[in-house]
Amino acid sequence: MATAAITAEREHYLNKEYGIRSWLLTTDHKRIALLYLISITFFFFVGGFFALLIRLELLTPAGDLVQADTYNKLFSMHGQVMIFFFLIPSIPAVLGNFLVPLMIGAKDLAFPRINLLSWYLYIIAGVIYIHCIVTGGVDTGWTFYTPFSTAFSNTKVIEAGIAVFIAGFSSILTGLNFVVTIHRMRAPGMTWSRLPLFIWAHYATSIIQLLGTPVLAVTLLLVVFERAFNLGIFDPTRGGDPLLFQHLFWFYSHPAVYIMILPAMAVESEVVACFTRKRIFGYNFVAMSSIAIAVFGFLVWAHHMFVAGISLYAALIFSILSYLVAVPSAIKVFNWTATMYKGSISFTTPMLYAFGFIGLFTMGGLTGLFLACLGIDVHVHDTYFVIAHFHYIMVGGAVMGYLGGLHFWWPKISGRMYPEGWGRLAALLVFVGFNLTFFPQFILGYMGMPRRYWQYPPEFQVLNVLSTAGSTILAVGYVLPMVYFLWSMRYGKIAEDNPWGAAGLEWKTSSPPPTFNFDEAPEVTWEAYNYEEIPAPAEVPVER
Amino acid sequence: MSDSPIAVEQHGPELLHHFVDAEQQRDAASLGMWLFLATEIMFFGGMFCAYLIYRYAYYNEFAAGSRSLDLKWGTINTAVLICSSLTVALGVRAAQMGKRKLLVILLLLTIVFGFVFLGIKGKEWHDKYTEHHIPGHSFNADDLVRDYPQIHIDQQHEQIYFSLYFAMTGLHALHMIIGVGIFVFLTYYAWKGRYTPKYYTPIEIGGLYWHFVDIVWIYLFPLLYLIDRKPLG
Amino acid sequence: MFDNFPLWPVRASTGAGNVDALYIFLLALSAFMCLAIFTMILVFATKYRRQRGIEAEQIEGSSALEITWSIIPLGIFMAIFLWGAVIYFHERTPPRGASEIYVVAKQWMWKLQHQEGPREINQLHVPVGRDVKLIMTSQDVIHSFYVPAFRIKQDVLPGRYTTAWFRATKPGVYHLFCSQYCGSMHSGMIGQVTVMEPAQYEAWLSGGATSGSLAASGESLFQQLGCPTCHRSDTQGRGPNLAGIFGKPVQLEDGRSVIADENYIRESILSPSAKIVSGFKPIMPVFQGLVGEEQLNALVAYIKSLSPSPVGGQGGVSLAPKPQYPKE
Repeated sequence: MATAAITAEREHYLNKEYGIRSWLLTTDHKRIALLYLISITFFFFVGGFFALLIRLELLTPAGDLVQADTYNKLFSMHGQVMIFFFLIPSIPAVLGNFLVPLMIGAKDLAFPRINLLSWYLYIIAGVIYIHCIVTGGVDTGWTFYTPFSTAFSNTKVIEAGIAVFIAGFSSILTGLNFVVTIHRMRAPGMTWSRLPLFIWAHYATSIIQLLGTPVLAVTLLLVVFERAFNLGIFDPTRGGDPLLFQHLFWFYSHPAVYIMILPAMAVESEVVACFTRKRIFGYNFVAMSSIAIAVFGFLVWAHHMFVAGISLYAALIFSILSYLVAVPSAIKVFNWTATMYKGSISFTTPMLYAFGFIGLFTMGGLTGLFLACLGIDVHVHDTYFVIAHFHYIMVGGAVMGYLGGLHFWWPKISGRMYPEGWGRLAALLVFVGFNLTFFPQFILGYMGMPRRYWQYPPEFQVLNVLSTAGSTILAVGYVLPMVYFLWSMRYGKIAEDNPWGAAGLEWKTSSPPPTFNFDEAPEVTWEAYNYEEIPAPAEVPVER
Repeated sequence: MSDSPIAVEQHGPELLHHFVDAEQQRDAASLGMWLFLATEIMFFGGMFCAYLIYRYAYYNEFAAGSRSLDLKWGTINTAVLICSSLTVALGVRAAQMGKRKLLVILLLLTIVFGFVFLGIKGKEWHDKYTEHHIPGHSFNADDLVRDYPQIHIDQQHEQIYFSLYFAMTGLHALHMIIGVGIFVFLTYYAWKGRYTPKYYTPIEIGGLYWHFVDIVWIYLFPLLYLIDRKPLG
Repeated sequence: MFDNFPLWPVRASTGAGNVDALYIFLLALSAFMCLAIFTMILVFATKYRRQRGIEAEQIEGSSALEITWSIIPLGIFMAIFLWGAVIYFHERTPPRGASEIYVVAKQWMWKLQHQEGPREINQLHVPVGRDVKLIMTSQDVIHSFYVPAFRIKQDVLPGRYTTAWFRATKPGVYHLFCSQYCGSMHSGMIGQVTVMEPAQYEAWLSGGATSGSLAASGESLFQQLGCPTCHRSDTQGRGPNLAGIFGKPVQLEDGRSVIADENYIRESILSPSAKIVSGFKPIMPVFQGLVGEEQLNALVAYIKSLSPSPVGGQGGVSLAPKPQYPKE
């Protein structure tokens, strides 16, 4: 099979048409996924560069690398770029776009042109944001709190707000496409209970994108209007309420974190199933947990506001609800672990990322319990404890999920294998570097180091130095895959249709798939994760 | 190779290649538009939420601001939009029955109603401008303070009412403009004969969008114009 | 722990111990959960690593297990919630009789005013063992008053008062941080809380130049602004008599009843039409823009002093009896 692929170049989605027009005007979901891959990788490195500067500044207690105003812009733009231009699109727009039609046996998403529009909206938003960065940047924190953002900041708040507003519509359209596709375009025999858990999780993600993002959009619109037209909606000197902004902002921004983690959980399910060669333990519970997370995720927003001046009773309610939303996530972790019992486990790069994900997401999730706890949150709110918590989930969880997924489906996407040795090394570097960067921050936070501090008291220095050291290792771990993925597109081993012996419709078509995904429309007569019927590959494919 | 044999036989040029059949395409379009309208509800919802909170806090100012709007034009606009929804609904029916000319007329009427609405809205905004009720540096609600001596009007709070008034009606007007644009396209393609009883999905989902914009106005009208229209005495 | 490399914040208030106890419990719980899960994964990864000839066993799931590992964590979570809620309730309920310190935050400094009169900038001197209640507002953006050693934090908002309280247990000097990002010098908006033995505190109080108590300066401002014209001490005034109203319910003309707390007094000065007392006309002039935050604090303190109840320990303008130092 491999020789046939080399000698007679089969037509697939990458070589069907060449030329920039065929890419920029494509409606093929797989090509759009690659367009997104390139764009979000660019923004990942922009956001990462800001992070590096932040960590360099924090090597010393004094503010001696950049000015205070510059530092404030660095952390604000690090947050906005990473959240709106990297994390939120990452897995859905790259892996989701590529895989959702394949996994359900469809030829494309329901609305291919809207899919392309969604990418263009992302690019327009990105260009506006880059312009904002190079013409001065924004210093409101990623959270745009009023009245600072509306009446006091002297930076490009309006431009940043507009960019994020437009990026939000990109996200909404992706979600809309997925929901309609999953409802209406499943292949014959692909019932809801036969769907891969990847699809369930992306469905839940899309619901959040659809219902939550518009609230952020209108909130940022009000901030932009207030700043541009001197309104007083959030201005306390004119009877406005700054807390109203926080409620509206967090109503989206809390569900947003589930937009970022659910797709990583989606990847986790697929990778764990494949490399334990087993159906995921408790399929129904894992599927329902995704939905539960999406629903409950909308009910907990004010746990970001326990010391903001909300009433005692509101705080009690939101604290209880925040504990409820932790339960489905815990269920998933237990189910993935249970899947490993009596499995047949291989330690490929995707599986290493999967192990890392469980470990780091568990730690991040447990620290969420600390923050949901009213008595503790008063002390650690707005400190490095919170920063460590969300980086454990978003980087230790979501980014590792993204990288694991990229490695797992790379053969399908590119038709090539990445070099396994380098893949494992990068995974290890990411894991070690990540822990060294962020674990000290839990300690810093409980000790009282506030976040968004350009300068800090000297007793915090040792932990900050450790953290910065970790970030350099992490950076290397991130650069490596970019290098070897590019290398593999030319020199990597040619991939078979199903190099991992994985279940799922995407593995039943060629690597890379033809433009319309399947030579013959599939008809599904089997359950998901039918590993008892799929022969394991003789050896896990390795480089050389 | 790419299309299943059944689909190739029965479809016309409007069936997109990635759908199995026309019914799937229609269902997808319909579900897609309903979901989009759900996002629009959340979008307007944020502003409605801000409105509700401030109305509770500053009722007097909201009532006074509401009275300063011209009820006559607001009512006319409401009637105009309701009529436009009628023409839209009749248009969908005309498409279902294959009556091309009638469809085109109804779509054109809808566009006309849309322009009438926007024109009246522009006039109302202009009135607000001359009365110095536009929030910002030139805002001045002395006239309201004068007109309602029995309640105490705080001009800053009054500005919040008008900020929300312009934000909400402005966002609504933007959606109307987009709606009119969509209907221009629909009218053109209807005139070209693209819509048949077998395929009129764009009319249907365009109609859904228009009805939604109409419904938003039906909420905006009482919330903005009818806060307290009891006769003063 | 280590001198230049501390790993735990010092405990210097009555509340700190409770917060730390809960934190340690959570640390232990988390460590246990991590150990349990990581060990299981390690064991499974080793025992069930891929071996030729051995197939994976397809196991659908176990409802019993699912329910167990949902209910037990839920139970533990509820326990944590309750424990945290009790601490939080305590944190948000200043005890009666606490001394009051008015705090005004502005970009980028803390201005503090003791009731007895002394003002401080970025410094707060307090005696050990005394309940201290902070009444805080901001002149511009949102700030946050954070003393890690006391385990207290409260956002400080423009346009209203928020409160926090503590009772210091250990003499020393502790960090005060602004912990809500507020612009350029957010990280420079720091200071020190100095906790002193009671005798030293008294000495410090009388040592500095005082301009009279906060309530006294409030009273003179009250006269200056012409308030007694309408707010007379009888029932003939065009405005309500303010003696004794603090802390009591007030009937409003629209039927609502509100408690006359600091926020109510403040709002009534800055935006009088918001709440009109039943039986009175809405004729009070608006003082927004005419009085600054510190002046507002003085007026509020004065009006409070017109109440007989022992708020703040100081009553009226006449000299108050010496503050008590409650036993630990």
